[in-house]
Amino acid sequence: MNVSQMAIRSLDAFARMSIGRAFASGVGMVAGGFLILLVLVAIFAPWIAPFDYAAQNLMNANAAPGWPHLLGTDEFGRDVLSRVIHGARTSLSVSATAIAISMAAGMTLGAAAGYFGGFFERAVMTVVDLTWSFPDILIALIFVAIIGPGLTSTTFAIAIAYLAQFTRLTRAQIVRLKRETFIEATINLGAKPSHILLKHLMPNAIAPVIVVGMLAIGDGIVLEATLGFFGLGAQPPTPSWGAMMSSGTAQLFLSPWVIIFPGVAVAVTVIAVNLFGDELIRALDIRDRLRGA
Amino acid sequence: MLSVRDLGVAFGAVQPLSGVSFAVGKGETLGIVGESGSGKSLTAMSVMGLLPLSGGRITGGKVEFDGQDLTKLSERAYRKLRGGRIGLITQNPMTSLDPLKKIGPQVDDVAKLHMGLSEQAARARTEEILGTLRIPEPALICERYPHQMSGGMKQRIVIAMALAADPDVLIADEPTTALDVTVQAQIIRLLDDLVKERDLALVLITHDMSVVAQTCDKVVVMYAGRAVEHGPVETIFDRPRHPYTQALIACIPRGLDEATRLTGIEGTVPTVVNYPSGCPFHPRCPRAEAICATDPPGFSVEGDSAAACHFAEVADAQPA
Repeated sequence: MNVSQMAIRSLDAFARMSIGRAFASGVGMVAGGFLILLVLVAIFAPWIAPFDYAAQNLMNANAAPGWPHLLGTDEFGRDVLSRVIHGARTSLSVSATAIAISMAAGMTLGAAAGYFGGFFERAVMTVVDLTWSFPDILIALIFVAIIGPGLTSTTFAIAIAYLAQFTRLTRAQIVRLKRETFIEATINLGAKPSHILLKHLMPNAIAPVIVVGMLAIGDGIVLEATLGFFGLGAQPPTPSWGAMMSSGTAQLFLSPWVIIFPGVAVAVTVIAVNLFGDELIRALDIRDRLRGA
Repeated sequence: MLSVRDLGVAFGAVQPLSGVSFAVGKGETLGIVGESGSGKSLTAMSVMGLLPLSGGRITGGKVEFDGQDLTKLSERAYRKLRGGRIGLITQNPMTSLDPLKKIGPQVDDVAKLHMGLSEQAARARTEEILGTLRIPEPALICERYPHQMSGGMKQRIVIAMALAADPDVLIADEPTTALDVTVQAQIIRLLDDLVKERDLALVLITHDMSVVAQTCDKVVVMYAGRAVEHGPVETIFDRPRHPYTQALIACIPRGLDEATRLTGIEGTVPTVVNYPSGCPFHPRCPRAEAICATDPPGFSVEGDSAAACHFAEVADAQPA
């Protein structure tokens, strides 16, 4: 069994165990339901959006919400609703990709550091902690300076910003689990380090990491919007919630809907992610394992 | 099969174990007894080559298994022995199983690793072993998770894992400490039967003298990281010559007479950093004299047994 199969199996077991229970409460159901809806909207954006998100109509610029533009139009006469719907695509995919990269790298580094210890551990943790000491925006600026503004920079910036969190959490789990009796028992039975790490330690360490990953997607969305707002993220005409708000600031009093609706989208999404994350933590009963990492 | 000669272990400057010797052959059970902290578990760890993992090292002596000296073995070669030819059962069955894996795959892994069996063959073997350990409906148990089972059942699974690759030697480190009294007897009987059926060499580490009396052929009594007396079980129980052994035997509860008080040994086991000079038992020994505080006693051999006491002969004459 290779690593990806193992990850799939762990995820599968994880889903069966706890996602169901996270949906059980009222809050979990509303937040989780909203997130599922949002993901569907993002996936089917071209079919759901009533207009082309890039189609300009200067004759109808800054139109107030009404028919046919339900959420109004922006300064170029583009449909705000269509742009918010496509913006969900940008926000979710950038944030999820970044967090996935961050989680994969963080889990690998953290597990290796926690398991092997010694100089290797100190070296890894020092470098990782160093990335944590830089503000997220600064990391993003470094990437923008190197590869230019755009979604790739945003993705890497978010990935690096959360790397330390995943590395530290995974390492903490592995260090704790390494001393468990069943790991000693496995060593007593002659198991190889790779077997112990991949088949016993990682599956037992993965649950809190996934939950933190879930919560980090919410933070990633905010960070993506922030970078977009400063013009460091998505470039026009790619719709991004942050970039839309940025362009809306110019006519804040003239046509407030241009800035309000993407702002509401960011806020509601992040609140939903956090509420659902809290429900997951409760369902998995891992609050104490998230401390100190 | 397995013999340990004059084993010494150190963690940095601390020497928690020295001069431990014993030997077990096939179909034989050796008991290692002593209070907590006397170095019993450490002896087991040394034999399994687990000291480097916790920062310890073997400073002297030999651990011989099947003609080879294990103290010179590489970690890679040791891994083949562990679980393959030497099985270890540890103190706590409740936490010795991976909580996220079903019983079947956990036991299968051992045979797959050491015997190179296929998935199906390993499972067949697992079910067969669970059967011999008197576990009802092995196929059903294989599909259970550890938390669905009782302590006694888990200990049987742990024993099954230790036996899965058909080892020659089994080391059981207080296998019944965490179990109910009724289950304890079952597990001890089970181990006893396994020794006879499979011609195993069993090293039974315990602090329970009555268990030793029932199951063992030979005994090593340990105190403060040293073997203080060893010999055939009958000799040790009939005529214990070391005051510590005598005290241990006196501590076995007998009968239900309300007038008889439970006996204990005064004082506590010394910790590694303040092992007494001379004979380590002298501060608690009823027979201690000036010489005991200064000179470490040598073994006084009599027949198959030996006791490390300056007054072994005297003690012999006046059994406690």
